[in-house]
Amino acid sequence: MTIDAITAVLLAMLGGAIRVSTPFLFVSLGETITEKAGRINLGLEGTLVMGAMSAYAASLHSGSPWLGVLAAAGAGAVFGLLHGLLASLRRVNDIALGIALMLLGTGLAFYWGKAYIQPQAPTLSAFHLGAWSDSPALRSALDINPLFIAGLLLAFALHWAFANTRIGLTLRLVGDSEAAARAAGAAVIPTRIAATVLGGALAGVGGAFLSLFYPGSWNEGLSNGQGIMAVALVIFARWQPRRCVLAALMFGAAGAIGPALQSVGISSGYYLFNAAPYALTLLLMALTCSRDTSLKGAPGELSLNR
Amino acid sequence: MSAAPARPRPLIDALLPVAALVIALMLFSLFVAMEGQAPLEVLETIFAGAFGDAFGWQNTLLRAAPLILTGLAVAIPARAGLVIIGGEGALAFGALGAAAAALALAGSPNPVIWLGMALAGMLAGGLLIGFAGALRQWRGVNETISSLLISYIAVALMNHFVEGPLRDPASLNKPSTLPLAPEAMLGNLPGLDVHVGLAVGLVCAVLAWVFLRFTIWGFTVRVVGGNPRAAAMAGLAVTPWVIGLCAAGGAMAGLAGMLEVAAVHGSCNASVLVGYGHAGILIAFIARQNPLAVIPAAILIGGIGAAGSLLQRRLDMPDATVLVLQGILFVVLIAMETLRGRAWRMPQLPAPRLAKATPAPEEPA
Amino acid sequence: MQDRSRFSRRNFIKAAAAAPALALLPAAVRDAIAAGGITVGFIYVGARDDFGYNQAHAQAAAALKKLPGVKVIEEEKVAETVAVQKSMEAMIVQDKAAVIFATSFGYFDPHVLKVAAKYPKAHIAHCGGMWTEGKHPKNVASYFGYIDECQYLNGVVAGLTSKTGKFGFVAAKPIPQVLRNINAFTMGARSVNPNATTRVIFTGDWAMPVKEAEAANSLLDQGCDVLTCHVDGPKVVVETAERRGAFSCGYHASQAKLAPKGYLTGAEWDWVTPNTTFAKALQEGKPFPNFVRGGLKEGFVKMSPYGAAVGEKARKAADDVKAKMLKGEFVIFKGPLKDNTGKEVIPAGKSFAQQAIELEGMNYLVEGVIGSV
Repeated sequence: MTIDAITAVLLAMLGGAIRVSTPFLFVSLGETITEKAGRINLGLEGTLVMGAMSAYAASLHSGSPWLGVLAAAGAGAVFGLLHGLLASLRRVNDIALGIALMLLGTGLAFYWGKAYIQPQAPTLSAFHLGAWSDSPALRSALDINPLFIAGLLLAFALHWAFANTRIGLTLRLVGDSEAAARAAGAAVIPTRIAATVLGGALAGVGGAFLSLFYPGSWNEGLSNGQGIMAVALVIFARWQPRRCVLAALMFGAAGAIGPALQSVGISSGYYLFNAAPYALTLLLMALTCSRDTSLKGAPGELSLNR
Repeated sequence: MSAAPARPRPLIDALLPVAALVIALMLFSLFVAMEGQAPLEVLETIFAGAFGDAFGWQNTLLRAAPLILTGLAVAIPARAGLVIIGGEGALAFGALGAAAAALALAGSPNPVIWLGMALAGMLAGGLLIGFAGALRQWRGVNETISSLLISYIAVALMNHFVEGPLRDPASLNKPSTLPLAPEAMLGNLPGLDVHVGLAVGLVCAVLAWVFLRFTIWGFTVRVVGGNPRAAAMAGLAVTPWVIGLCAAGGAMAGLAGMLEVAAVHGSCNASVLVGYGHAGILIAFIARQNPLAVIPAAILIGGIGAAGSLLQRRLDMPDATVLVLQGILFVVLIAMETLRGRAWRMPQLPAPRLAKATPAPEEPA
Repeated sequence: MQDRSRFSRRNFIKAAAAAPALALLPAAVRDAIAAGGITVGFIYVGARDDFGYNQAHAQAAAALKKLPGVKVIEEEKVAETVAVQKSMEAMIVQDKAAVIFATSFGYFDPHVLKVAAKYPKAHIAHCGGMWTEGKHPKNVASYFGYIDECQYLNGVVAGLTSKTGKFGFVAAKPIPQVLRNINAFTMGARSVNPNATTRVIFTGDWAMPVKEAEAANSLLDQGCDVLTCHVDGPKVVVETAERRGAFSCGYHASQAKLAPKGYLTGAEWDWVTPNTTFAKALQEGKPFPNFVRGGLKEGFVKMSPYGAAVGEKARKAADDVKAKMLKGEFVIFKGPLKDNTGKEVIPAGKSFAQQAIELEGMNYLVEGVIGSV
């Protein structure tokens, strides 16, 4: 491979990291909040799809993509509320409920979304931070959507809030030990519901990014399991918002390897390159986990890890 | 867990799924009415499509056949508290393994080919998910995320082999492995228009149920799933059990892949992957991880699929209609668990050698 | 319902399947059958408004609906497995469909063949050139179009519009049908700009919007200024090109309204031609044709109208080639032709007309394509 080709691949990975990571980032941050409070919402895949559809529809009808983002957050919050409330019922399994809601979210999004496959809605615009460069690759890599920046800020804000605010501490207490939380006078169930609503809203915003920015249109194949993968990345990130950023960026960059190699002429074994993000994540987990540290930071009440 | 001694309200418990169905259909009717369709006509069509006549029933059962196995793929490891969501990849690997075995055994008597394919498929799927179990026990990698990652990798590998080393050069525009000879295809069950995969699924479900419920090993699994510390103290080897159950689940999905090759497609190709593995997750949770209950859950999903076909043709309703119905139905079914007289929860297996003390599982009293 | 005295398993299944189904038949269909009309069924593998493969078929279905005495039933998102077998059977048994259009390539083997063998009186027309005399049953038919002619014209237009001479092709899988389009496009472009190159990215699947967007961006990053594709829904590729100020050539259906600035032209199917042929033959009681195919001349494929960015020179060059194609005087694949490793794939003096069997197994990328299979 020539230097040019290597540069091209690296630039594409940078661009991919920025373009592809945002939905992963929002969904995994949302799920982190929910799981910190001791619940798992596996239904965020459906929420993501529902958010994508709602955002596109709202943007089309209102003419404002930012109203679309808001609509996606709202739709996500409704699904979060549904999960939060129903999972608060005794004996209702949160994982099973999440899977059912994933189906419902996807179904409703596809049903109502039929009308929005054809029309073109206004989409979000990017900050052209690469305008100074002559390289089209660098220019496009640095076309950064405000939502990406919002996601980064959110991650650091969450990190700070979990450690330093009353709400953050309550959330973690509720997630780590229900008994201790009750003893401390925390409202366990309302906290969990609120955390799930917030998680849903963020996942909805992740969906809005898909339909309103990248790839920037609504259709039924839009999410190829990004929502589920993002939920899984939360475990990879060990429930730390800042590590969610890393995980999402890494996942986006690895996903860009396959297309980038092909664009410089290396196309054999493209299926294997396309599996790079999954293989890399697995490898990193196998290397960095050990019997003793794997679940450091795992909320104690989490049914997935107890 | 199924070991719970008393069923305080058996009648109510038995009626719960029925009540859930009624409530879900009412909610669905409301949805349909809001969308401007006549609810009764829609419900009638759904019933006619899925269970209305012999054609509907066979349509339903044919669709349910692979789902029983992919449901078991999730339900069996779940008995020890493992949440495995890599069924689609295990199915892909099973199909690939079976197709490779068929290549090697070409020309042998049919039963030999079938047995070889089944074993290869189960081995491929079993190794794949067993690997997730091994990663969990030896490297502390969470099995839910690892099974999902492994599944994506397995699908990529399957595609790679189907389009590369194992490709039948004659399969021009639909890259596939070398097809089975027509007479080596698995046929239908006697008197039915449903392939033998249905019987295989039923047998596996019953065997899994008997094994987990009535044998000493099944008891061991429950102990491992319920309290591995106690299990370890009692001298039970937890690690082999965890890996073994993962492998058993993977083998079920692998067998489903083998049946897709041997009874439906005749070769391994990308059409084998239509989401059966993902549907299996839902089915297992609906069935509350009970292998026997996987059967009706799979039939329900199969039936809804069959109904979707008729809905599109008769009422011009979008294909997503049945997704909405499934979604409503399963949300209601799972929410109704709250009325059950006997608590059910997924057994929860702690991570191996967890560093910090695990709080006692809180039992909603 | 069935005569118990003559009970046999086979009869039972047939009767049980057929009898209640008749009762299920909606009044409209019964009336149509009574009036000598026919019902035709369409089965799509994806959503029928995907701006691409399925939409091209659905547009033909919509055209058939307007024919007198033809009732159309449709089913979308039907997977290439038992689902499509059962959908075809249901159309035959429950809807009395005279002919079913199984529009996805993957439906043919084994699904179409299996159902056709089971219902010898039903007719199934499959999109793709698979039907072979003597090998496949007479109640099955194939229909297909030589869309590489349009891809060649796409290439000519692209070649005369591009500033960089670099083209990007987003493709699903390296199968002969796709390679033939990539090659035809590249040869069209190189016929007017000998230095033109085409970069190819395979996504590995027919519908994967995020991956297609990544591929499109990678190609644009490499300096390609015209993109085209062979995936089920070209929407994402065309929109991505438009957003980044590049040109695009469409595929399957017209994506013109998605890219008012950069859409040059496009290769479109015109399935109305074959679909009407089959429907008319059955309606008029003529024999069921088993293989219909054609290109621009026969009206199986067509070009999107030229976009605003296409200059006079490009229009003229493409129109000239098109006129030859319409007269049947133009051959795309003729020797000497080298592949992109320098190997001669068609010797000098040899030329392959569209029906040539050699083209069906195309496994190379021609000179000028960057990539490998």
